[in-house]
Amino acid sequence: MRTSLDSYLGIHPQALSLEAQRNELLAANLANVDTPNYKARDIDFKSALAAAGGNTSAAGSASGSAAVPSVPTPTVAAPLASASSGIDPTALKYRVPMAPSLDGNTVDEQLEQSAFAENSVRYQATLTFLNSALRDLMTAITGS
Amino acid sequence: MSSFKIFDIAGSGMSAQSVRLNTVASNLANADSVSGDPNSVYRAKHPVFQAVMGNPGDLSTAQVNVTGIAQSQAAPETRYDPGNPLADAQGNVYAPNVNVVEEMADMISASRSYQNNVEVLNTSRDMMLATLKLGQS
Repeated sequence: MRTSLDSYLGIHPQALSLEAQRNELLAANLANVDTPNYKARDIDFKSALAAAGGNTSAAGSASGSAAVPSVPTPTVAAPLASASSGIDPTALKYRVPMAPSLDGNTVDEQLEQSAFAENSVRYQATLTFLNSALRDLMTAITGS
Repeated sequence: MSSFKIFDIAGSGMSAQSVRLNTVASNLANADSVSGDPNSVYRAKHPVFQAVMGNPGDLSTAQVNVTGIAQSQAAPETRYDPGNPLADAQGNVYAPNVNVVEEMADMISASRSYQNNVEVLNTSRDMMLATLKLGQS
């Protein structure tokens, strides 16, 4: 059962939590940039958000699809087998490396860095949406 | 809290890279530490990194762990230097198997990776502080 505040905020709370999780994943990729046999992972944002949002309202999904388009498809591959608590397991995928490396590591430093920068901007955009929604609510409550 | 894990992840990356920088410094400092015995000469040291996955249900936490320091098994360099007080009966001394060019490249790589982790840490901190101010502005 959704409260009216949940439907008022739309998809943004779920998007914020998903973006935080994606940032964690990208940080793990960047930390393991020199670890042999480490396979870089990423979230397929569109399907993860669909799984997290579930039955979002029409207004929410419309603004959500405009605010958070999916990651480019060529960069992600087969889904992981095991389940995860926070992220939808079908959305968590291994990255396809652009060039093979001798130690089996598939982290592309530049790609991960740009993904991290992009994701943090998305996070801040979601925060701005939430902030303005809450400010509107406060204006309606206080009436000034 | 799950959002604080990002500090552990970036922190583990920073400490792993600083171990790597330490071994590079040690290798470069000892590049000319000759010895009269090929078995006791200094050998190049390199850290072994390993990804530490979190719980099976928690796939996103992949910290870095330094599982050990491997010593290079390459043969030490033999130099004929009879004037050296450490020279053996044949007048040879043995220099470490440190490849200075390789070490310098390793140093740059470690330094860049360290900076990457610092950048991740700073960005995450700014984002969390912005989240704390949610609804206050």
